[in-house]
Amino acid sequence: MRFRHLLASVAISFATLASSGARAVEIEYWQYVFDTRVKAMNQLITEFQKANPDIKVKQTTFPYADYQTKVAASIMAGQGPDVLQLFYGWVDNFIAGKMISPLRAEAFPSADIERDFFPIVSAMKRGQDYYGLPTAVRSLALFYNKKIFKEAGLDPNQPPKTLEELVAAAEKTTKRDGSGNIVSEGLTVDMGGQDHQWWREVLIRQFGGVPYTENDTKVAYNDEAGLKALTFYTDLQRKNKVGQVGFMDDGQAAFRAGLAAMTIDGTFRLGSFNTIKSFEWGVAELPANAQGLRSNYASYFANAITTKAQGEKLAAAEKFLKYVSSPEAMKIWLDVVGELPARRTAALTPENIGNPVYGPFLKGLEYAHTTLFKDEAAQRQVAIDMANRVLVGGEEPKASLAKAAEAEQAIIDRAKR
Amino acid sequence: MSVIAHREAAHGGLWSRMSLGQKQRIWAWGFLAVPLTFYAVIRFWPTFQAFYLSVTDWSIMRPGVFVGFDNYKRLLADPLFWQVFSNTFMYLILGTPISLLISFTVAYYLDRVRFMHSFIRALYFLPFLTTAAAMAWVWRWFYQPVPIGVINDLLSSLGIPQQPFLRSTSQALPAVLAPAIWAGLGFQIIIFLAGLRAIPTTYYEAARIDGLSNGAILRKITLPLLKPTLVFLVVFSSIGFLRIFDQVYNINTNDPGGPLNSTKPLVLMIYQTAFSSYEMGYAAAQTVVLFLILLAISLLQLRVMRDGR
Repeated sequence: MRFRHLLASVAISFATLASSGARAVEIEYWQYVFDTRVKAMNQLITEFQKANPDIKVKQTTFPYADYQTKVAASIMAGQGPDVLQLFYGWVDNFIAGKMISPLRAEAFPSADIERDFFPIVSAMKRGQDYYGLPTAVRSLALFYNKKIFKEAGLDPNQPPKTLEELVAAAEKTTKRDGSGNIVSEGLTVDMGGQDHQWWREVLIRQFGGVPYTENDTKVAYNDEAGLKALTFYTDLQRKNKVGQVGFMDDGQAAFRAGLAAMTIDGTFRLGSFNTIKSFEWGVAELPANAQGLRSNYASYFANAITTKAQGEKLAAAEKFLKYVSSPEAMKIWLDVVGELPARRTAALTPENIGNPVYGPFLKGLEYAHTTLFKDEAAQRQVAIDMANRVLVGGEEPKASLAKAAEAEQAIIDRAKR
Repeated sequence: MSVIAHREAAHGGLWSRMSLGQKQRIWAWGFLAVPLTFYAVIRFWPTFQAFYLSVTDWSIMRPGVFVGFDNYKRLLADPLFWQVFSNTFMYLILGTPISLLISFTVAYYLDRVRFMHSFIRALYFLPFLTTAAAMAWVWRWFYQPVPIGVINDLLSSLGIPQQPFLRSTSQALPAVLAPAIWAGLGFQIIIFLAGLRAIPTTYYEAARIDGLSNGAILRKITLPLLKPTLVFLVVFSSIGFLRIFDQVYNINTNDPGGPLNSTKPLVLMIYQTAFSSYEMGYAAAQTVVLFLILLAISLLQLRVMRDGR
């Protein structure tokens, strides 16, 4: 009798153990180490697990420099994450490596995505399929030093609105020593920073051209518009003499040190600039051209589901992805990381638009473009070299532009193979 | 008795039938096997793998396909490779003689200094202990334009126009090379000092009695007897300058090897091809070329040394 009781209780406990074991699905999430991002994700995971007690999410992080290599190696070895974060520009590589799967249309209908998210999300679309969704996006804006503006007799609440005003303000705020050397820049000139994005997606369009055609596979800037854009940019140093390549090493360092009146940078710089104590700074939309045309460059890290996630893990991964790209998650991300929500409704609240810091970045999102890079570092290098040939090597913009177009086309063509 | 011996031999088997010499050899090889396996697995095997990779188009994300000598053809047709190739040799051609000349001069005179000799020697050695990355960061601020750069501040206070240094295609390479030479001096001075001390003083005494001038002593006695030291340092510093990387990478992190690739050495090109563009096959082909260059130069220099003996 006693023995039978024992047997029954053992059987029951086994059954409950097995069933609870089956209920708790564990999925793994990977992203690179960046303090606030990790913190925000931990918060999201806690909230998600509260709502879904049957799913456990394990977050793994490692340095940005090793990120792609580690992900590739682990997925090939059958290990690795179920959901992972990736830069939008890596999508082609990750698809080619069979590392991420397309989002199932039943779970993530394209029509909904296109209605709710900013148009730049299309950079995650290949054919009919989306391969991931962003939580937050980043755009560019003009940072300006209010103290220098005041000293130069400019209204610190009236940042330049057009390119013409930009150059005029930069000329007024540049400080030089007796021999004409710049000791404080009006506008930073730094292609290695965000200027290459500004030149590619903003200036070229404002001078009447397009940077690329055919889904960003054909370089199209080797024309009149591209030449005008490059001339405008290089004239900042050559003719207007308001900035200098390599001044204080890079643009953001010059601005931080209070030795540059204006610099163009992204949302991701806010954390660093927020620690500036010695002066007050403001943010403005990127200047429009004379006809009022504006543009911006936006980029983002998206979350995608890997090919490793199958069956119940796939279902759990889908739930998790849905949650981290929900308006609620975007709110948390904005508060903790300071990156802009990727959904229109979550981003364009009166509170956010009225925010003096987020407002200009958010307005930029409506008309922003996203370059489909094949090899971002190499394509950025093309732009750096193009500017350096003119600014350091003394070459004419026209010749330098032609060389850049050829070099970048070669990079794009090679990636297609 | 014989039964016991027989039983022992059968029991001990092969081991007890061996002579002492054989056993010692087995023990020796047993211990040697550890580092040998390490070298084979960690050093040689990846080296051979690199040779194989250089004929594929492996890119981390995609499995490699055999492409024959395509990577090498592309390399030879790549203008960047030839520029990088000539940069690498500029580092070698400028770096080795200049650093050896300076370090020999310092060592030659330091050898005669008795006052605070070890302290001065330690001062020269100090930069060698410093991390190349930290040093490059300090030097990049030295080279800044006014008002930040110390060198340009000095120049303009003397009324000389400021120099672009790292922002010039002609000045950047020497500007990058200067801290690299400075950092390596300490090591070379120590080796030269040891070489100088190893020359028997009786030669010098004899030369003085014969009335030889200091210059003649240097030419006829010191330099010839210093040849083994000199050859060692030439080989060593040549390899060092051919493999230069961290100084170049860290002195201009925003545009490594720039401006316009004027400071980019072969190792940096390999690094960028492999870990920024993920073109592993192409990077492996570059590595093989670097390997062949290093091999050729080392063999050449070793030959020179043998001729001298």
